[in-house]
Amino acid sequence: MSKATFSVWRGDKSGGKLVDYTTEVSEGMVVLDAVHQIQAESANDMAVRWNCKAGKCGSCSAEINGMPKLMCMTRLNTLDLSKPVTIEPMRAFPSIRDLVTDVSWNFRVKKTIKKFKPRKPDAPDGTWRVQNEDIERPQEMRKCIECFLCQDVCHVLRDHQKHEEFIGPRFLVYTAALEMNPIDDDDRVDDLKFKHNIGFCNITKCCTKVCPEHITITDNAIIPLKERVVDRHYDPLKKLLKVFGPK
Amino acid sequence: MAEFQTHEHDVIVIGAGGAGLRAAIEASSAGVSVGLICKSLLGKAHTVMAEGGMAAAMANVDDRDSWKVHFADTMRGGQYLNNWRMAELHAQQAPDRVRELEAWGAVFDRTKDGKILQRNFGGHRYPRLAHVGDRTGLEMIRTLQDHGIHQGITVYMEHTVAGLLKDGNRVSGAIGYDREKGVLRVFRAKAVVLATGGVGRAFKITSNSWEYTGDGHSLAYEAGADLVDMEFVQFHPTGMVWPPSVRGILVTEGVRGEGGVLRNKDGKRFMFDDIPDNYKPQTADNPEEGWRYTQGDKSARRPPELLTRDHVARCINREVKAGRGSPHGGVFLDIAWIKEKISNAPEHIKKLPSMYHQFKQLADLDITTTPMEVGPTTHYIMGGVKVDGETQMSTVPGLFAAGEVAGGLHGANRLGGNSLSDLLVFGKLAGEHAAKYAKANGAGQVHQDQVDAAAKALLAPFERGANAESPYKVQYDLQDNMQALVGIVRKEDEMLKALDVIEGLKKRAGTVGVAGNREYNPGWHTAFDLGNLLTCAEAIARAAVARKESRGGHFREDFPNKDEKGFGTFNHVIRKGPDGKMQLVQVPLTPMPQHLKDAIEQEKK
Ligand SMILES: Cc1cc2nc3c(=O)[nH]c(=O)nc-3n(C[C@H](O)[C@H](O)[C@H](O)COP(=O)(O)OP(=O)(O)OC[C@H]3O[C@@H](n4cnc5c(N)ncnc54)[C@H](O)[C@@H]3O)c2cc1C
Ligand code: SF4
Ligand code: SF4
Ligand code: FES
Repeated sequence: MSKATFSVWRGDKSGGKLVDYTTEVSEGMVVLDAVHQIQAESANDMAVRWNCKAGKCGSCSAEINGMPKLMCMTRLNTLDLSKPVTIEPMRAFPSIRDLVTDVSWNFRVKKTIKKFKPRKPDAPDGTWRVQNEDIERPQEMRKCIECFLCQDVCHVLRDHQKHEEFIGPRFLVYTAALEMNPIDDDDRVDDLKFKHNIGFCNITKCCTKVCPEHITITDNAIIPLKERVVDRHYDPLKKLLKVFGPK
Repeated sequence: MAEFQTHEHDVIVIGAGGAGLRAAIEASSAGVSVGLICKSLLGKAHTVMAEGGMAAAMANVDDRDSWKVHFADTMRGGQYLNNWRMAELHAQQAPDRVRELEAWGAVFDRTKDGKILQRNFGGHRYPRLAHVGDRTGLEMIRTLQDHGIHQGITVYMEHTVAGLLKDGNRVSGAIGYDREKGVLRVFRAKAVVLATGGVGRAFKITSNSWEYTGDGHSLAYEAGADLVDMEFVQFHPTGMVWPPSVRGILVTEGVRGEGGVLRNKDGKRFMFDDIPDNYKPQTADNPEEGWRYTQGDKSARRPPELLTRDHVARCINREVKAGRGSPHGGVFLDIAWIKEKISNAPEHIKKLPSMYHQFKQLADLDITTTPMEVGPTTHYIMGGVKVDGETQMSTVPGLFAAGEVAGGLHGANRLGGNSLSDLLVFGKLAGEHAAKYAKANGAGQVHQDQVDAAAKALLAPFERGANAESPYKVQYDLQDNMQALVGIVRKEDEMLKALDVIEGLKKRAGTVGVAGNREYNPGWHTAFDLGNLLTCAEAIARAAVARKESRGGHFREDFPNKDEKGFGTFNHVIRKGPDGKMQLVQVPLTPMPQHLKDAIEQEKK
């Protein structure tokens, strides 16, 4: 057994600071284990969200040594334990306490996206016939565990604070899943352009890099959606009309 | 007197897993106002972790399947202690509930002809589990969540319900607090649906999350409702055993459904040595036949690795105790071996992507090349709030229960995949009947003395302060106690000792204190959970002591056989007696109608 030190951000919306805790570490431990151990030993009231401890629920998002990660899936042997490991809450969201942030904005955004609307069933018993090849993409998008790490790193939200205008990568993924679902019949392309401002995304791919579900957010969700928007709103005929039409 | 805020709804649903969401959707579509309360954020409930699939006799893969076969499988799995009416409704309605999920946006894996694909699972005679890879629970909770948010349901996320309020016999609401600020809240309601899940956190090794502290079981008990079958806890045979910090995390049965086999340290497939007589006609007696079964050969019988969970868990336990286990006290689960059989084995195995990543990331192990080490983990409680099979109402008027917190459907042992379908079928029924009850009965009174008493109990740990005992210590001691003394193999003297320990822990729970304030304070939350955990632990232990036979999830070393004439004829019911002490009574099974008996006989062949 050896010991390691963790600098955990303690505080709330009025401010806070990193506090050092030293605790025993053993083989196979993940960051969340260390946090729990500290909580039980010396900081009973340290706030942290978690549920599954297996990378399935997306509750335990944090910034570990500055990198957005799931605490339950970050093994200590992937970190340099010779110096303190910093554990901070997601910075793109307001603080509630310690490692817990207010992510309620995400839940409000989702409501603004048109819900799933099925097309007419294929069979008399009210069911659909769909091939596996046709659902690969929507299934990839539906792996999302709503950890909001992609929202945390997207500079449009993190640095430019465009929360009121831009829905962020998570909800572009969500919209892509709906648009690519072979049973869905609704159309969200106009909303993407005018209401959800997909144009703010300049394809930096930071979101894709942090996604713990390895969803290729930019290539498989955002770019295809952007193409749909372009096809509709900037097709050659319309462009011509724009050039020659009245200003 | 403590300050609190009041909210009013026709129906409140406590819990936002599959059962709670489905209940809330149903109640709100019946036109009543619904409040949905949950301890975590929306979409994070335990249901999200379910992997293998949901059982429904849709007969998409094998047209011999029907609700009658599903019914018979469920009853046999539950060793005939099940509430047969629930088992009947469940088998009949599950297919519609699954199809409805698709109509709400779920994207299931498909058969070649484009229908919803179904996979094999332990105890199910035919391929029956509709699934999405090994993340079926995520698909289910997300679909219900995304449908539900457009239904006008008021959601109270990160709120804990701490007590039910009553007006005479009936419920009239609930009291709780929001976890973020610690504000106390009173919910007035005409009907209440409990959908709080299970109690795995009473044990040390478990696949369950922190939420599983038996809150609903305990809320119902305190409100005077009956609990049934509490001795039946399911130990899943395959949890991770190494490294220590992931001990207990589930390895889906889907691994075995896709061809994974269990071996001891000598490389022997020990499951072939111990096939119970009543399963012999349907179980393969050689590896070759077992393999063909997993590959969809309809003439083949299933491999013994897919026998019911209680049996497989005990066989693993036996291998380990006999010194034939793996280095870290489990046995080997090997799916990599299928490369001997098929050329594209790694792709086939990656049909279980979460399992692949789970082992890769948490154990540095590649399951496409190396066997996993697995051992039993506390997984599910069959026992729960006793409900009426048709309406899901408990013995307290206006109080309903659905999902894992309800008892009856699974009897002495639950089949894999029967929980997700349970959530949908009975979530819907509970929502429907709660709305009906609310419309027919109006509101009851909220009595201030009950509110004050609940608030006082909730805030007491702050008064005792940081120098009092830590709630975490009491929790750990309880977990050790249950794991060691009321676990997978049980004995009278050990369980009596466990009950003594529980008495002591109850006293200590009354003395724990916490530091800090009410805002997002996990120490406080843990202090509150203790009472629920202890109530459930006591109920489990008492019922287990009283059942002097072995059946399903309940195995007694001192009574290793089933006693059909005696214990096979009644359920154990636990309730709070007039003296405030826990009472246990035997309630005879209700006779099964002939057509259901016939369905069972038919399948015994
Ligand atoms: C790893 C794993 C894999 C599984 N795989 C399968 C599978 O493949 N197939 C299958 O059929 N079953 C499976 N199961 C079992 C199944 O997932 C659960 O039994 C089921 O999801 C329980 O659902 P529920 O709706 O009853 O409760 P949950 O989904 O657990 O929801 C409980 C809800 O109640 C809330 N709650 C609890 N207490 C309170 C309180 N005091 N106040 C307010 N809210 C409260 C919680 O916050 C939560 O929202 C699996 C279980 C695990 C752990
Ligand atoms: S690719 Fe787009 S959405 Fe993703 S982080 Fe960059 S700007 Fe944000
Ligand atoms: S897309 Fe990936 S990073 Fe973003 S919320 Fe979903 S799982 Fe998390
Ligand atoms: S606790 Fe569920 S993802 Fe980490």
